[in-house]
Amino acid sequence: MATSTSSKLSKAVKQHYMDLPQGDKVQAMYIWIDGSGEGLRCKTRTLDSEPKTIEELPEWNFDGSSTYQSEGSNSDMFLIPAAMFRDPFRRDPNKLVLCEVLKYNRKPAETNLRNTCKQIMSMVDNNHPWFGMEQEYTLLGTDGHPFGWPSNGFPGPQGPYYCGVGADKAYGRDVVEAHYRACLYAGVDICGTNAEVMPAQWEFQVGPTEGINMGDHLWIARFILHRVCEDFGVVVSFDPKPITGNWNGAGCHTNFSTKEMREDGGLKIIEESIDRLAKRHQYHIRAYDPKGGLDNARRLTGRHETSSIDEFSAGVANRGASIRIPRAVGQDKKGYFEDRRPSANCDPYIVTEALVRTCLLKEEGEEPRDYRK
Amino acid sequence: MASVSLSSRLNKAVRQQYMSLPQGERVQVTYIWIDGSGEGLRNKTRTLDVEPQTIDDIPEWNFDGSSTYQAEGSNSDMYLVPVRMFRDPFTKDPNKLVLCEVLKYNRLPAETNHRMSCNKVMEEIKEHIIWFGMEQEYTLLGIDGHPYSWPTNGFPRPQGPYYCGVGADKCFGRDIVECHYKACLYAGVNIYGSNAEVMPSQWEYQVGPCEGIEMGDQLWVSRFLLHRVCEDFGVLATLDPKPMTGNWNGAGCHTNVSTKQMREEGGLEFIEQAIEKLGKRHKEHIRMYDPNGGKDNVRRLTGRHETASINDFSAGVANRAASIRIPRQVGQEKKGYFEDRRPSANCDPYAVTKVIAYTCLLHSEDREESEEENIPAM
Repeated sequence: MATSTSSKLSKAVKQHYMDLPQGDKVQAMYIWIDGSGEGLRCKTRTLDSEPKTIEELPEWNFDGSSTYQSEGSNSDMFLIPAAMFRDPFRRDPNKLVLCEVLKYNRKPAETNLRNTCKQIMSMVDNNHPWFGMEQEYTLLGTDGHPFGWPSNGFPGPQGPYYCGVGADKAYGRDVVEAHYRACLYAGVDICGTNAEVMPAQWEFQVGPTEGINMGDHLWIARFILHRVCEDFGVVVSFDPKPITGNWNGAGCHTNFSTKEMREDGGLKIIEESIDRLAKRHQYHIRAYDPKGGLDNARRLTGRHETSSIDEFSAGVANRGASIRIPRAVGQDKKGYFEDRRPSANCDPYIVTEALVRTCLLKEEGEEPRDYRK
Repeated sequence: MASVSLSSRLNKAVRQQYMSLPQGERVQVTYIWIDGSGEGLRNKTRTLDVEPQTIDDIPEWNFDGSSTYQAEGSNSDMYLVPVRMFRDPFTKDPNKLVLCEVLKYNRLPAETNHRMSCNKVMEEIKEHIIWFGMEQEYTLLGIDGHPYSWPTNGFPRPQGPYYCGVGADKCFGRDIVECHYKACLYAGVNIYGSNAEVMPSQWEYQVGPCEGIEMGDQLWVSRFLLHRVCEDFGVLATLDPKPMTGNWNGAGCHTNVSTKQMREEGGLEFIEQAIEKLGKRHKEHIRMYDPNGGKDNVRRLTGRHETASINDFSAGVANRAASIRIPRQVGQEKKGYFEDRRPSANCDPYAVTKVIAYTCLLHSEDREESEEENIPAM
């Protein structure tokens, strides 16, 4: 069966326990990114009262040798609370807490990309950089095959599935509906969902969100998706090319605008930014998946609504380009643009940071600049 | 479905009909005790006319020790002496769970009643305000005895992605963990936290900080709650220290310890002194750290899979392969607590906390270990 054994435990039994009052005590689930740069980990602690702000949440630590992040002989790593959300699984007053990871010497862990992103974002506060990220993903059964696909087989070719309706077109809508509602409850800036071109593939969008919040909200939205899928007994994959052949990959198209771009005549600033991006294609490709471009190499082929990984291109309403300027923006001469290159499993912190470095800080060349010097 | 019990599939709607019946003034009190194995828990229930407000309101009781590996049939009555009361998360207020000590027919403590001697030690060292936090690891099994949700007759992918994991391919049986946590909060158990462990279907929760004798009381009740929650879902929790041989983690009960002096400025000095004393009594501790005099831990403390070898004593900052680990923060702040990583998941927390308190605070070269302090191997 495609769904997990765990998901078939009695929910009536579970409900009895989840309804038990807990007095003043509050459960806080600490969430962090592990050594793979893609995986999420979590553990819970009890607090004596409900935290009202992030500052009330204590630092914690964990065993980094069990998350690909340190050696057993020197394994303690620190968890620093960074953003707090309501918990849609255990409900109020319980919390989900997204954390940064520090090594034993208090320096950011290798996959803690939030640290630098925050520094960069603080340099451009006045420009009010807004982001909207379109998270695509594929639902899989516990056998690893896309959810709803025939065992050992394939559904009919792509065509009828995008934004489709009907049991023969939409596979796993319950997951999407549950995830949407959970995000709204939690306080995530989820702005929409739709079924995608490949069956069992879906998309949700988070935004418009400013600065460092984009990364925070997207990571929490991903955590919530993993947890919702776990409850249903299916698996979510952010792999950029889960099925080879004539099937779409999964990206994380990133929409970007600054205050200037949103004002009258902003199109000029958009075009200048695109010129800068054109000169830094390799740097961005390295930032746009957790393996420096190796994951995206399987996805950015130039087919299936992608641009080729080797070439930079831009165009109005062009889904085969690296950058797409929406038709309406072309007409209003202001707004935003869409970078279609990031992979579904990208780290949103480094993606948003790269856009700010190139377009607002006007960096050039293959390496990001170190502003601490 | 192969992996859950028949009992758990009884109709919950039918059950709810009866459980929602009002019970008037009368109250159900479930007495809980440790049986002759030193690991197993037993329970039976009686009705009281009115809700007990304190432990003193709960009467002594007795049971048939010949049915719990604790007595001969010819002289089988044993006493149950209530020691600590909790709210009942299964039948809810005003009903109670009551942890009990077991006494033999002659009112002496039963062989597996380590609480009595533990309490004596804790009373003697009261001024040190000793705190404990215990990290209870356990493995979920299906009713077929195979780890819950592992492929029938098979194995999941190797360890790596499961610790603190999320997702149906990483996390097996989270519902049980969630329910156990809520049950502990309701009952009044001082549950500190929980996380998924390194082996799939393995989990951990922490109880503490608790002072003195409370640690053992709270940990035993938390275990009872775990077994009862699993029973409701139709799966099993095992505290066996090495449920799967091969490249799979074992299950321990790491015990965190501090005294008032260790928690104050410059406390690291007292921590180091304590560790030195522990280093001289490694074998004595190993004997107390599982219910079979060390035989269970032999299968677990191999020096691999984040354990220290059972034959050697070692200590280190942030070192998870040592017998004693000093957390990084403590090393930096020069005060705090230390973690003894040796106790097995199925240890008796009374025996563990007692021997730690005794070694660090009471033992000296001249002092003879009393009969009570030397628990014979089973």
